[in-house]
Amino acid sequence: MNMRGYLLRKFIQALITVFIVIFMNFFLFRIMPGDPIRVLIRNPRISAGALERVRDQFGLNESRLVQFWIYLRDLFSGDLGTSFNYRQPVLDIVMERVPATVLLIGTATVLSIIIGVLLGVIFAWKRGTRIDIIGLSFSLILYSMPTFWVAIIMVMIFAVYWQIFPLGGMGMPGAFYSSYWVELASQLRYMFLPTITFALILIGEYVLIMRSSLLEVMREDYMLTARAKGVTNRNMLFRHAMPNAMLPVVTLIAINLGFIVGGAIQIETVFSWPGLGRLMYSALTNRDYPVLQGLFLFITIAVIGANFCADLLYRYLDPRVKS
Amino acid sequence: MNSALAKRDNFALLKKNMTSFWSIYRQNSMGLIGLVILLVFALMALFGPYLVEITVMAVDGVTQVIHPPTSGYWLGTDDLGKDILAGVIIGSRVSLLVGLAATAISMIIGTVIGIVSGFYGRAVDAVLMRITDVFLVIPWLPLMLVMAALLGPSLGNIIFVIGITSWAGTARIIRSQTLSVKERPYVERARAIGSGDTHIMFYHILPNVFPLIFANTVLVAAVAILSETTLSFLGMGDPTQVTWGMMLHFAFSMGAVSYGAWWWLLPPGICVVLVVLSFTFIGYALDEVLNPKLRRRDQ
Repeated sequence: MNMRGYLLRKFIQALITVFIVIFMNFFLFRIMPGDPIRVLIRNPRISAGALERVRDQFGLNESRLVQFWIYLRDLFSGDLGTSFNYRQPVLDIVMERVPATVLLIGTATVLSIIIGVLLGVIFAWKRGTRIDIIGLSFSLILYSMPTFWVAIIMVMIFAVYWQIFPLGGMGMPGAFYSSYWVELASQLRYMFLPTITFALILIGEYVLIMRSSLLEVMREDYMLTARAKGVTNRNMLFRHAMPNAMLPVVTLIAINLGFIVGGAIQIETVFSWPGLGRLMYSALTNRDYPVLQGLFLFITIAVIGANFCADLLYRYLDPRVKS
Repeated sequence: MNSALAKRDNFALLKKNMTSFWSIYRQNSMGLIGLVILLVFALMALFGPYLVEITVMAVDGVTQVIHPPTSGYWLGTDDLGKDILAGVIIGSRVSLLVGLAATAISMIIGTVIGIVSGFYGRAVDAVLMRITDVFLVIPWLPLMLVMAALLGPSLGNIIFVIGITSWAGTARIIRSQTLSVKERPYVERARAIGSGDTHIMFYHILPNVFPLIFANTVLVAAVAILSETTLSFLGMGDPTQVTWGMMLHFAFSMGAVSYGAWWWLLPPGICVVLVVLSFTFIGYALDEVLNPKLRRRDQ
C-alpha cells in the first residue's frame, strides 16, 4: 500500500472514531436519571408553564435525533454549552486550563522517556545481574502503585515533613516578584514535585519496554554480523541496537496517552494543579455536567489526534513498515 | 496441553497436564511470591470481617481522632476516631470483590467479542474491531469517571463501569488466537461431521484460547483493583461501603496529608500495591509457563 492511501485510511479511521465518541458523548449524558431542566433550574416551585417554555428553549421537546443534530451543529460552531458552576462557556474554561496540563504532561513525559530509556539500556546490557533485578523489581512495584497514592506520599515527605516544596498549586496567588528570575525560580519550585511524581510513575513502563526490546534486538542476526565485523561494544549499542530498539518506545507513547491523561487527573487533583485534570475533578464533585461532557470530548479527541500523529511518526521512523 | 483440554472426558490427561503445569510454575519464584501474597489477602477477605470490628478509640469518654498508632490501635485512628487496622482488614473484602467481579465482566465481554470476531471474520470482524479500537483509544479514566458520575455512586455501578471499559485488550488477544485456532484440522473435522458455529466456538475454540484467557485474567484483575481504588479516591465510590479506595478518599478529603497522618494514608495504599503486585507477579509467571518462547534456555 502506498503512503497516501495509508494516510487516508488512517485518517478516515480516526474520523470514524471521533464520530463514535461524539455519538457516545451525546447519548451517555442522556442516560442520567432525572430531568436535566430540573437540575439546571434548581427551583422546586417553578410553574409547569415556565418549565415548558424552558424545555422549548433548550429544544428538549424535539426528538432525540433532532436534539443530536442541534448538538452536532453547536459542536461544530465551537459551542460546548455553559458551565452550571462558572456560568461561562465550557470551551473558554477548558482552553484556559490547557497550558498548565500540557506543561505538566510534556515535561514529565520527556523526562520519563529519557531516564526510562537510559535505565532500560543499562538493565538490558547488565541482564541477570543484581542491578538488573533490583531495577526490574522497582519498575514493577512503581507500576503497581495507584498514581494518586504516590503523589500523596511525595507531598507528605517533601512538602509536609521536610517542607522543601510547596503543598500544591502553580504559584502564589497575587505574589509580586523582584525580577523575572525570581519568578521563574518560584514557578520551578511549584512545578518540581508534580513533575517528578508524574515522571516516576511513567518511567517504569519505558524501562520495561526498552529492556525487553533491546534484549530482542541483541539476539538479531545483524548484531552478530556487527560483532563479527569487529564493531566495538559501544558502537554496537548506540549505532546498531538502540535505533531499532527505540521503535516500541514510540508505540508505547501513543498507547500510553490514555494512561497519561488518567495520571494527570490524579496528580493535578492531589497537587491542586490548575489544569484539565483538576477541572475534571471539580466538575465531578460539583456535578457540573456541561463541563464534564465538554472536557471528556476535548480530552478524547486530543488523544485520538495524538495517536494518529504517533502512527505517522512510527511509519516514518520504521522503514520496514513502508514497503 | 491445548488439545488435551478439548477432550473433556480425558481427565487423566488433564490431571497430568495440571501436574506438569505446576511443576514448571513452582520453579518461578516470582509466581510463588505472588501466589502467597494473594492467598493471605484472600484469607483476610474471607475471614477478616468475622474476626474484627471497627471500634472507636476513646480515652475517658473523649474520642481520639487522627491518633497515631498505639497499643490496642496498631494503626491509629481516623477523623472519627475509628480503628484503621480494622478498616483495612474489613475493606479487603469489598475491594477484592469489586476487582474480581469487574474482571469477570471484562473477561466475558472480551472473550465473546474476540472469539466471535475472529471466528466469523469479514463484516462482523470489521465492526467489532472498530468498536474495540474505540475502547482502546478512549482514555480509560475519564470514560470511567464520566460513566460512574452519570450512573451514580454504588458498588454495582463501579463494577459495571470497570468491566465495560476494560475488555478491549482481551478481545484483541483472543481474536488473534482464534484466527489461528480456527484454521486447525480438528475444527474442519468438526465442521465436516456437522457441528454448528456455536458448538465449534464453545467446544473447540474456547478450550484452546483458554490458557490465554487465564493468563490475561490475572493482568486485568490488577488493573480492575487499581481502577476501583482510583474511582473511589476521586469520589465515585459507594460512601456506605468500606474499601481501601474509600478509606484513601476520606483520608485525603479530611486533610490527612497536611496532618502528616501516615498511619491513615499508608496502610490502605500498601494493601492495594501488594494485591496488584501479586497479580502482576502471577501474570508474569503464567506468561513464562504458558508461552514456551519466553522460557529462558540460557540459564
